[in-house]
Amino acid sequence: MKVLVPVKRVIDSNVKARVKSDQSGVDLANVKMSINPFCEIAVEEAVRLKEKGVATEVVVVSIGPAQAQETLRQALAMGADRGVLIQSDQDLEPLEVAKVLKAVIAEEAPGVVIMGKQAIDGDNNATGQMLAALLDWPQATFASAIELSADKAKVTREVDGGLQTIEATLPAIITADLRLNEPRYASLPNIMKAKKKPLDVKEVATLGVDLKPHLKVLKVAEPAKRSAGIKVETAGDLVANLKTAGVL
Amino acid sequence: MAVLVIADHDNASLKDSTNKTVTAALALSGDVDVLVAGKDAKAAADAAAKIAGVRKVLLAESDELGQGLAEAVEATVLPLMGGYDAVLTPATSQGKNFSPRIAAKLDVAQISEIVEVVSNDTFVRPIYAGNALETVQSSDAKKVITVRATAFKAAGEGGSASVENVAAGAASAKIKFVDQQLVKSARPELAGAKIVVSGGRAMGSAEEFSKVIEPLADKLGAAVGASRAAVDAGYAPNDYQVGQTGKVVAPELYVAIGISGAIQHLAGMKDSKVIVAINKDADAPIFQVADFGLVADYKTAVPELMDALTAAGK
Repeated sequence: MKVLVPVKRVIDSNVKARVKSDQSGVDLANVKMSINPFCEIAVEEAVRLKEKGVATEVVVVSIGPAQAQETLRQALAMGADRGVLIQSDQDLEPLEVAKVLKAVIAEEAPGVVIMGKQAIDGDNNATGQMLAALLDWPQATFASAIELSADKAKVTREVDGGLQTIEATLPAIITADLRLNEPRYASLPNIMKAKKKPLDVKEVATLGVDLKPHLKVLKVAEPAKRSAGIKVETAGDLVANLKTAGVL
Repeated sequence: MAVLVIADHDNASLKDSTNKTVTAALALSGDVDVLVAGKDAKAAADAAAKIAGVRKVLLAESDELGQGLAEAVEATVLPLMGGYDAVLTPATSQGKNFSPRIAAKLDVAQISEIVEVVSNDTFVRPIYAGNALETVQSSDAKKVITVRATAFKAAGEGGSASVENVAAGAASAKIKFVDQQLVKSARPELAGAKIVVSGGRAMGSAEEFSKVIEPLADKLGAAVGASRAAVDAGYAPNDYQVGQTGKVVAPELYVAIGISGAIQHLAGMKDSKVIVAINKDADAPIFQVADFGLVADYKTAVPELMDALTAAGK
């Protein structure tokens, strides 16, 4: 079974985003960029499925600028077989990303798509669900465990208050949550090997997808800052302060 | 314009996030209806009818809606959308599961986790773990919106809307509910609790986490939360997770124990009214947002805090 894993190049999760002074957006110049953490979990899961002999090929696809090739190489170094970059310098909304992925899926015909539940830049948590709706494929979001058979995926999902298990007939869209696995570090030999793995680059325009934006960003502002309070010496002082503050 | 709010409920009762989402909806329009989609959910629908400002409650019931299948919720909502200009859903794990499907089927953008309604088509939403607030204007005829409930006040009671049955949509045959394991807890729910006690990676094990955090939470009548690091390490279940990719909370009092204060954790709790941090590392970033910081090892500080609370009559 072929597994398709979409991956996004985002600001590194340890870097604090800074708003541009003209409020036109977040300053990404000279900022460390990485593979989105949930996409990394999705890649890891796909590679493990291949190691178990359930998956036959792991294809990673990214939609973004030329630099997203680095993100794809990162996924290839983890063990994915082949990369596809749909090159676009436009910052696409989740619905448009889902439409582009739908076009890619029409070409690649994967048995299952595993992707991150959320990108840590836009924080939308929407693309997987939109893609499932557009394809009329079943969806299993926020996965913490996946059991794949030839035609079914049994997925344990993180829900409010606990866990839910659902069974989807393949092909299906699965989105990865935090506890699905712990991604490996790519070894140096695998990083070297990844440089030789196939990576196709296509211009987004060649897919014939309508990319008209639906949302106009009027401004991006910094939230109100919270200032540090006081340090207390003892637990007793702490309780006294909380009483004064009226929260006990 | 008319607005549909999709209720967050457990069939027997309505969650507070529904009342807060109604407040966001009322900022858009005076014509606000609430859809309760579930199974044996009449009690939740009756509760929704009492929310001040609600025009009408729609009740859809089926096994699949009771199981919360996203496909079934979407199929229930879509035929109703001819009568609405916007649909608002609290950004819970359930809401996040089905709302983007509705947007995709309507060929419109989803405006995710809004924290402010600026006008009929303009909204503010956090991005980059809340380190930036984006103001977006939608050009779509119909708006599909999820609402960060903590950013809005709960609409009060006093309404007397009618409850009307509507048809439940069917999920596709390609998806099947198997089972669920829900943890029953006597503690308040994390998302709506007045006090939250959270533990971090410093706990070192699941046993230590429950031994330290739970008694303190129970003493304060608080919900239990955890940092992503603690969840990642397996010390606490995922639905305890407070942060960018977990739950966003804004209680009266947030107590962070052994939590360093990574960007993504702060995103989930920095709007709390009063923040307390107990951490042995005086340079931990959590102290930059804490109103009251205690630089101490939790192993001694938490028992002392328990004693001090007892002495104070708690």
